[in-house]
Amino acid sequence: MNAAQTPVLECKNVSISYFTRAGAIPAVYDFNLTVMPGEAVGIVGESGCGKSTVALAIMQYMGRNGAITGGEIKFMGRDMRTMSQEELRKIRGSQISMVYQEPMASLNPSLLIRTQLTEVLIVHEGISEDAAYKRAVEVLDAVRLPDPNRIMNSYPHQLSGGQQQRVVIAMALLSNPKLLLLDEPTTALDVTVEAGVVELIKDISKRFGTSMIYISHNLGLILETCNRICVMYSGQAVEVGEVKQVFDHMRHPYTRGLFSSIPLPGADRFSRPLVPIRGQLPLPRDRPKGCTFGPRCDFFEAARCDKPIAMLDIANDPGHQARCVRYNEIDWKRYRPKGLEAEPIIPGPPVLQIRNMKKYYEIRDNSIAAMISGTKSRFVKANEKIDFEAREGETVAIVGESGCGKSTFAKVLMGLEESSGGEVLVNGQEVGHLPVRKRPAGLISSLQIVFQNPFETLNPSHSVGSQIARVLRKFGVAKNRDEAERKTYELLDLVKLPREFADRKPRQLSGGQKQRIGIARAFGGEAAVVIADEPVSALDVSVQAAVTGLLTDIQRKKRTTLVFISHDLSVVRYLADRIVVMYLGRIMEQGTTDEVFSPPYHPYTEALLSAVPIADTSVTKRHIVLKGELPSPMNPPPGCPFQTRCPRKIGAICETEMPPNKDMGNGHMIMCHLPDDVLRAMEPVIKVGRHESEESNIAH
Amino acid sequence: MTVTSVPATEMPKRRPLLLRILKSITLLRESYVGMFGAVLVLFWLVMAVGADLFPLRDPLAQSAPDLLKPALSLAPDGTTYWLGTDDKGRDILSRLIFGSRLVLFWSVLATVVAYAVGMLLGVMAGYRGGWWDEVISFIGNVFLSFPPMVLFLVILTNFGPTSSMGQYIGSLGVGSTVVSGVIIIVAITFGTAPQVARIVRGLVLDLKTRDYIAAAEVRGESPLYIMLVELLPNARGPLIVDACLRLGYVIIAIAVLGFLSLGLPPPEPDWGKMIAEVRGFGAMASNAMIWPAMAISSLVLGLNLLADALREISLRD
Amino acid sequence: MLLLAGRRLASMLLIMIVISILLFLAFEGDKLALAGRVLGQYTTMEGKLHWIEENGYNRPLVVRYISWLYGFFTGDWKISAQYNRPVLEFLAPRLANTAILGLCVFIITAVISLILGVLAGVNEGGLRDRVISVISVITTSFPEFASGTFLVAIFVFWLDWLPGSSSFTNGFSVKELVLPVTVLVIFNFGYYTRMTRASMAEVMTSQYVRTAILKGLPPRSVVVKHALRNALIAPFTVMILQLNYLLSGIVVTEVFFAYDGFAKAMYDAALFGDTYVVSACAMVAVFVAVLSQFISDVGYTYLNPRIRFA
Repeated sequence: MNAAQTPVLECKNVSISYFTRAGAIPAVYDFNLTVMPGEAVGIVGESGCGKSTVALAIMQYMGRNGAITGGEIKFMGRDMRTMSQEELRKIRGSQISMVYQEPMASLNPSLLIRTQLTEVLIVHEGISEDAAYKRAVEVLDAVRLPDPNRIMNSYPHQLSGGQQQRVVIAMALLSNPKLLLLDEPTTALDVTVEAGVVELIKDISKRFGTSMIYISHNLGLILETCNRICVMYSGQAVEVGEVKQVFDHMRHPYTRGLFSSIPLPGADRFSRPLVPIRGQLPLPRDRPKGCTFGPRCDFFEAARCDKPIAMLDIANDPGHQARCVRYNEIDWKRYRPKGLEAEPIIPGPPVLQIRNMKKYYEIRDNSIAAMISGTKSRFVKANEKIDFEAREGETVAIVGESGCGKSTFAKVLMGLEESSGGEVLVNGQEVGHLPVRKRPAGLISSLQIVFQNPFETLNPSHSVGSQIARVLRKFGVAKNRDEAERKTYELLDLVKLPREFADRKPRQLSGGQKQRIGIARAFGGEAAVVIADEPVSALDVSVQAAVTGLLTDIQRKKRTTLVFISHDLSVVRYLADRIVVMYLGRIMEQGTTDEVFSPPYHPYTEALLSAVPIADTSVTKRHIVLKGELPSPMNPPPGCPFQTRCPRKIGAICETEMPPNKDMGNGHMIMCHLPDDVLRAMEPVIKVGRHESEESNIAH
Repeated sequence: MTVTSVPATEMPKRRPLLLRILKSITLLRESYVGMFGAVLVLFWLVMAVGADLFPLRDPLAQSAPDLLKPALSLAPDGTTYWLGTDDKGRDILSRLIFGSRLVLFWSVLATVVAYAVGMLLGVMAGYRGGWWDEVISFIGNVFLSFPPMVLFLVILTNFGPTSSMGQYIGSLGVGSTVVSGVIIIVAITFGTAPQVARIVRGLVLDLKTRDYIAAAEVRGESPLYIMLVELLPNARGPLIVDACLRLGYVIIAIAVLGFLSLGLPPPEPDWGKMIAEVRGFGAMASNAMIWPAMAISSLVLGLNLLADALREISLRD
Repeated sequence: MLLLAGRRLASMLLIMIVISILLFLAFEGDKLALAGRVLGQYTTMEGKLHWIEENGYNRPLVVRYISWLYGFFTGDWKISAQYNRPVLEFLAPRLANTAILGLCVFIITAVISLILGVLAGVNEGGLRDRVISVISVITTSFPEFASGTFLVAIFVFWLDWLPGSSSFTNGFSVKELVLPVTVLVIFNFGYYTRMTRASMAEVMTSQYVRTAILKGLPPRSVVVKHALRNALIAPFTVMILQLNYLLSGIVVTEVFFAYDGFAKAMYDAALFGDTYVVSACAMVAVFVAVLSQFISDVGYTYLNPRIRFA
């Protein structure tokens, strides 16, 4: 890169505030960022750190109650704050463009894609409708959308999520912008679809020479797509540098904390337990005066850390900066924080036995056409031939993307839906046909669930304590008020929350705290099986580790069987004993964690493993990007469900016959037509290399 | 394992209901318009409750020499008719104030009944779904297809005080006002409850997908408990706003019925009827018509402004 | 699309049938009461029984319902007791009068409220929005007979600009139409304005409008091309759906201004006990209301591509 070049974007000491009735709330302050031509810069941080605010400030779009209160934002050397509305309008969409988190919401539902694409060119370049149409088709082709002409004449709701996001990216690239802002562009997508979009984004700067700012909460995605990274915490940048510098020699305690709270390959909970960051993000109103990370930092030193801290250049490491006065003093090699330690557990007898379980939904079609052809009702096979066991004290993970049937399975188990066939045994008792209202209190309390969304898991109208107490009364664990109160306090102790929380309303709790209450509720009785349905996926990275740790900790102490439903393979690898991989209602592969994560793989598992972004520079991955979109479970393909996207498809047999379920040894089951020798000859997807520095192996 | 410890700040002890209501009224301070609305409603509430305490004339007492007097005219006994008199020489001010009692009593009662029926049907349709929903929604749609005033006319002509139903209620030994009142409540319930049910159903359809409802189901709660304890309390925000507006509409409906002489029987000082009674006197009756029109408009305005402010406040937090 | 319209039509027909049964039972279910109402309160029992036998009211209820419905659709609306004229012949000109009033009000209300609503919603929270919002709350607080009282006091008794009654005794007159239309517009436009405003405000904060702005489209194009269409779907359909509330107000207004329309005829008949007129009026009113619901439903489907191409 040439130092004499003008940066595409230069943010200098930018401060941004939102104005509310309670006064001005600084969202971002003292923010600096430089983006050179062709460069891709990642901004990473947790919710509320101000990363999206930065993006909107660069677009000079702050809404009615937000404003840039200080500093300057220069685009191609010109201060954007001095530009008129008309000048800004000419830059937006042509020189700087943006891709958003939710593609469906960002496209106008009542206009054709062609209208939404061509208007960009017509407005900015004044070319004719026909010329604009041609260019738009070219760009749609460039973002690898099949059949661009059909897409052009569709409405947004007729496209899948992945296609919509590619359309939004195409829209942003239409007039060859100098700078592309991507705000969590893949968060709303499924893992394998995300992998395709990420592949496309990586390609953009190469093909179009566009500079990018990639905003994400996921360190792995930043590593895959960016040259430089800016870590934000509570409205400030705390560490910036080349991706390699920051990932391999991180200097700020927050960055360090972030890395040690996400599970990485080559580590499990026994050898390298996760280290959660204690405490929680401060609200903008009660940010500390000095280092914003101070209250959560183990290296906080009074008198030095409690006054405002500037961004410091790291000695002997040009381009690398950190906002920490002690960056040079901390001896990371000797830092041994207490991790979420765990001893291996010896599983007991089988508690949960699922044999050939089926769940079909009947879809009634009342249209006249259906009445004539006599296909009045169809069956959607949400679950087909589900076969697995879970033993006492064991953690079994069910992995899959949307539509794979994992939530349906949970519903059947909980008694919210009835199974359509097969057996669902809990401690030998059939529950598949026993709706929850017919279950005795003992069975109900032995089979509980932790829900996904922390904001919905508690009833906002009732106090936390009364909700726990209700569960205890309902489970028959507490007979009277006093007993319920006493046990409520015990449960709060169990999930490590202060007893005062009993009197609080859910809105006074943070997301992580609500999930803890959800866990307390699930373990209110003597739970034999607890289902956790993506229990941490809606939480911030630094909180995820603590909540996951708490959940597994209680489960192991109580020797409960945990069925952990997730789409995140790195979390699953970290905590599961056994894994079940599902796709379109069927189990594609199951086995112990080690078996599933090493060859032989089912081709779908192989693709899933490759799709997971990994925040570790020493890891090399084989790149397998699946073509196409997830088929709808309403309309599954014939033969093997995965055949439409399978990169290892062997021919007609995949399209016509359901593959056999092969035992690859020790109950490691793979459902695939591939011959055994091909399966056994597969290469590992992930290879963990040696780290340049030993620092990374902290907490051993 | 690190503990997420939060300092035990001041505990929100459960405050008595009255205090909480007062607290939410103080929230209105931020909206002058809402404040004004609250003052109007409060004014009429005080008038209705305290009508007996004010030094007012008998609202039914007629005075032959003082017909259709303008405002501020003198009575033979030297006192003042502050707002003038009507066609029978009755004091308009005292008829308005005693009338507010009548209007508020019957409209609040009718709204409460309509709300109770509507909420019950709405929560059933929304939560149970399936056939419950089909049947309840269909019945609702049938009654929503009537223009409300046509529905009232149909009900009141066929089941009014002179019908067999009216005579049956009358035979129970209640006064003619109560007979008319009950029939009005029935008519308004038929017109209003389906709308309330539709709103509640919509809210419940949204709320029932929340995880805390699933949580209640998986701990084996009965549908009744889920509907009443888990669902309805969370729908209260929009419902309170709607109830304010709805009360305004019911007040208008009752006044309109009075105006059409289908409401409470004479000589009750019903605001709508006060206008109808003097309308035939043309320009001379202007004064006697304007005051009741003002009264009803101000009360409805108060409720509308209040609802508006409540909605804005609830959207903010 | 056609299929959806067909399904809607079927459900509307079902509603219509149920309503007609309800109306039939209400008006003609009790044949003695009916005879009393038609013949007058003081008719002897014998007279009533004779009338019942004579007019076929001793047939089974179902047969009577079918012949009643058949009569309604073939234009046999019986004879008005009050005017001793065929009901249809009596109502037809009055229906036309009401249609004129309703149409004027609907068009004026729609234009005013869509314009004001969009102006307010485009800049939510601004001064213009606040003024329009407050005005529309205030006007919706004046029911037709209240604002009628004020307007008559000002424009008829005081200024003497307009006639106080609109009975068209000397033929149709635009001047007589002014007050009834004004009164109805005042009470109705506020609700629609606020509804349009809310819809517009919501669309203006939507992500796709943000996309349009950040694409660099001129503000005019953002509003006209991207926001307006989506924002107008809801208010437009609701306006048609709410036609029966307008019809409610028309009853009061026609009575207040002695406007010789069908709503006033229904009211007079109801007071007089002219059963056949009331039931015919109720059928017509409900028919119009159900038809408007059907139009609103189909319109919504047509305007919203998400449903059109589902």
